[in-house]
Amino acid sequence: MSRRRPYVRSMDGWWRKNPFFVKYMLREGTSVLVGAYSAVVLWGLLALSAGPQAYAGWLAAMSHPFSIVFHLAVLVAVGYHAMTWFAVAPKTMPPLKLGGRAVPAATIVAAQYAGAAVASAVILGAVWGGGA
Amino acid sequence: MKRRSNEPIFWGLFGAGGVVAAVALPAMVLVTGLLGPTGLLGPEALAYERAAGFAGHWLGKLVLLALVVPPMWLAGHRIYHSLHDLGINAHRGLAKVVCYGLAALGSLLAVVALLGIR
Repeated sequence: MSRRRPYVRSMDGWWRKNPFFVKYMLREGTSVLVGAYSAVVLWGLLALSAGPQAYAGWLAAMSHPFSIVFHLAVLVAVGYHAMTWFAVAPKTMPPLKLGGRAVPAATIVAAQYAGAAVASAVILGAVWGGGA
Repeated sequence: MKRRSNEPIFWGLFGAGGVVAAVALPAMVLVTGLLGPTGLLGPEALAYERAAGFAGHWLGKLVLLALVVPPMWLAGHRIYHSLHDLGINAHRGLAKVVCYGLAALGSLLAVVALLGIR
């Protein structure tokens, strides 16, 4: 083993020194709430398959104030994730051509927002009005 | 010969999760976490018979599977790579097994739960 101890610059907190990287870490950080929300929904599915009593327990937990605060945080996180995801899509997706011309990035971004709006309307519309 | 990387598989699942999370999760969160439980979507919006009826149909199962499973892989993939970004580089192999393993376990449980709803 070598006794050399070269100086290695610390990487601690590297992302805090540049606003671009702060935004990057925020974006990646949204995945923690996505994971937590996935676990909550999975719990709901397991409760649903276990029967009415287990499902009622899950529903009761969902209306607890702590749960509401948690889901508000998740909503902010997935909203931020969506904005960043739509913004980079023109760079990450294969080149899209229409009539021999590359589709402008702004059009791709706008189309995704429109798609998300339609999907949201379908989901909310499908659930809305139960028992009415 | 160099062993092939398994990264493309996880990256593909991550991509699917990113799309689902961006397009459908905001509305899903509103339904299951905010408007549903508070009754703002109607008093019976998340009622057992309704939810079980939807998840009991094979098409409902597919929709729920597509909404629930990919975001798990998005989370697993990003958390695994964020550990490196945060300088947590000990036990990389274990981190990979835990991150993707939890996503796999969650996916399996979702399939089992959905198959159990008739």
